[in-house]
Amino acid sequence: MARRVAGEHHRGHNRDDEFLPGGRVTAAVEVADLVKHYPKSTHNAVDGLSFRVERGEIFGLLGPNGAGKTTTVGILTTRIVLTAGTATIGGVDVARDPVAARSKVAVVPQRVNLDRSLNARQNLLFHASYHGIGRSERRALATRLMERMGLADKSKARIDDLSGGQAQRLMIARALIHRPEVLFLDEPSTGLDPQARLFVHDRVNDLRSEGVTVVLTTHDMEEAEKLSDRVGVVDHGRMLTVDTPTALIRSLPGSGTIDARVRPNGFDSEKVTGLLSDIPGVQRVETPGGSDAPEEAAPETELRLYVDCEPGSLLGPVAAKLHDNDITVSDLSLGSASLEDVFIELTGRDLR
Amino acid sequence: MSGTTQSSIRAFWAVLGRDVFVTGREMPSFLAQVLVQPVALLFIFGKVLGQLGYTQPGYAQILLPGMIALNSFLVALQNTSFPLVLDFSFSREIEDRLLAPLPITWVAVEKMLFGALRGLFAALLMFPIGLLMLGNVAWDLSGLPFAVLCMVLGSLVGGTVGLTVGAAVPPRRINIMFAVILAPLIFTGASQFPWAQLDQLRWFQIVCAFNPLTYVSEGMRGALLPDVPHMAPWVCLLALLGACVIFGALGIKFFLRRALD
Ligand SMILES: Nc1ncnc2c1ncn2[C@@H]1O[C@H](COP(=O)(O)OP(=O)(O)OP(=O)(O)O)[C@@H](O)[C@H]1O
Ligand SMILES: [Mg+2]
Repeated sequence: MARRVAGEHHRGHNRDDEFLPGGRVTAAVEVADLVKHYPKSTHNAVDGLSFRVERGEIFGLLGPNGAGKTTTVGILTTRIVLTAGTATIGGVDVARDPVAARSKVAVVPQRVNLDRSLNARQNLLFHASYHGIGRSERRALATRLMERMGLADKSKARIDDLSGGQAQRLMIARALIHRPEVLFLDEPSTGLDPQARLFVHDRVNDLRSEGVTVVLTTHDMEEAEKLSDRVGVVDHGRMLTVDTPTALIRSLPGSGTIDARVRPNGFDSEKVTGLLSDIPGVQRVETPGGSDAPEEAAPETELRLYVDCEPGSLLGPVAAKLHDNDITVSDLSLGSASLEDVFIELTGRDLR
Repeated sequence: MSGTTQSSIRAFWAVLGRDVFVTGREMPSFLAQVLVQPVALLFIFGKVLGQLGYTQPGYAQILLPGMIALNSFLVALQNTSFPLVLDFSFSREIEDRLLAPLPITWVAVEKMLFGALRGLFAALLMFPIGLLMLGNVAWDLSGLPFAVLCMVLGSLVGGTVGLTVGAAVPPRRINIMFAVILAPLIFTGASQFPWAQLDQLRWFQIVCAFNPLTYVSEGMRGALLPDVPHMAPWVCLLALLGACVIFGALGIKFFLRRALD
């Protein structure tokens, strides 16, 4: 996927206050050694987290359940008080000046928190008025955003009558109405159908072209890979790695893959796996479909070989090895590792 | 004035405007909530029991200032605490306002102030209703300004106590709130009896002295019916101001604890 070059991030954003005395550009988000300890908790929810998001960047925070993503977003949006470290939004310290920080950020939370006493459009109007947007302007903005979020016919709807996807879109509209510098999306597409998910992805891409900085949390790898300029993988409240999705995948040992579909002809799948693992260059072999299905029911087994050299050069040896053992090959294709592989490699397979 | 202060003030009015807007739309249910109980009390104790001869003539006169006081304090308390308990529960509706560009303390103050406004409104409504129901009232009108001052302070104290209770009570306990907090407050607030005449029932008099409502009732009754034995006005004033400060501080503290993780 084409990634934008760093210089593009600053289009239309060249105000003087963006430059620090050292000549360094103020980051949209800067987090340093952030720690959050919830009272009565045995461990830190965020434990020495550091990262930096440039202006106009779309940054993905990736991590398993309980990694501390929502807590981090909560601190950056001033809803959660940090225990130690610093967090700044456009140079404003969220702990020292939360009021100023609040006018720079917007958040679409993991759970619906729309105002049930108001209808859909009123939610936007009152939110805008809290942020000091004048009456005629907020009316025009509300109309435009409702249309853009595909909610034009829902303006009088009660919040309880909206579907999950509609509520989500309304929260995005609400977040955008006060023109935040940084938009936080906490799991923007959890619980959405594919259409709604694509719709939200398109809107996030619109924001990119408008120069809005976006920080999104997700455990959907495909989403992170598709939307983010850079991804940070978090676990146990710590940043494991930060890079572009492409670079992360490339850095994975055994980042190339070969997918094979074979009919074991009597061999159990462990035997096959063992055979293939012996080929030089093959790092490990996995059965993505799961090998726990009974052999009779699934005469064909799917295998994924992770290799640490150019995968194309191993096609021959793999085919030969299978042929020598009378294992029928019905499909053999090249693949590449996905962000999911990176994720599992970094955070392990244990359930949280 | 700095830009942040200015935008905070603007946000404060907008947040207050939201509550006024929502109340305006729910006027009928608000009126029912506010009026049914005191009107019923006034009717039974002031009218029915009087006509049946179970209460002395003049009791209705003692009751009316107490009912106005009760409404100012209790409606303010309920209208601050109940919505707050819900706001902080699963719906987290208040989050949008906690993320508005104003200090969280101001949001707490707004909640309190708005509850007080509703209490004041409910208390004011009792004036015409009482006059209509009881026919004649023998008030000393020179005491009216002090009575109104007590009523305003009563609403404010109601708001501060409501903030404290609303931020302290977890959502799943909301149903016992009425039994253990509101009912005792209704009946120990000297709104149905003059506190100064309780000397035969000393322990109850002492209990009542802990209820801020007592000072609202006594202050109003003393000002409007100076012949009825009553507490000294300066005691009422001092107690109400003290309660305002104590519960205001406590309420804001609890609110902050609930609003921020
Ligand atoms: N209000 C709270 N009080 C105490 N502990 C909390 C609170 N909120 C979160 N935690 C704990 O902090 C840790 C991090 O939680 P957090 O919600 O930030 O994770 P997350 O990465 O957003 O997870 P998920 O993907 O499931 O949303 C978890 O161990 C969680 O149990
Ligand atoms: Mg989360």
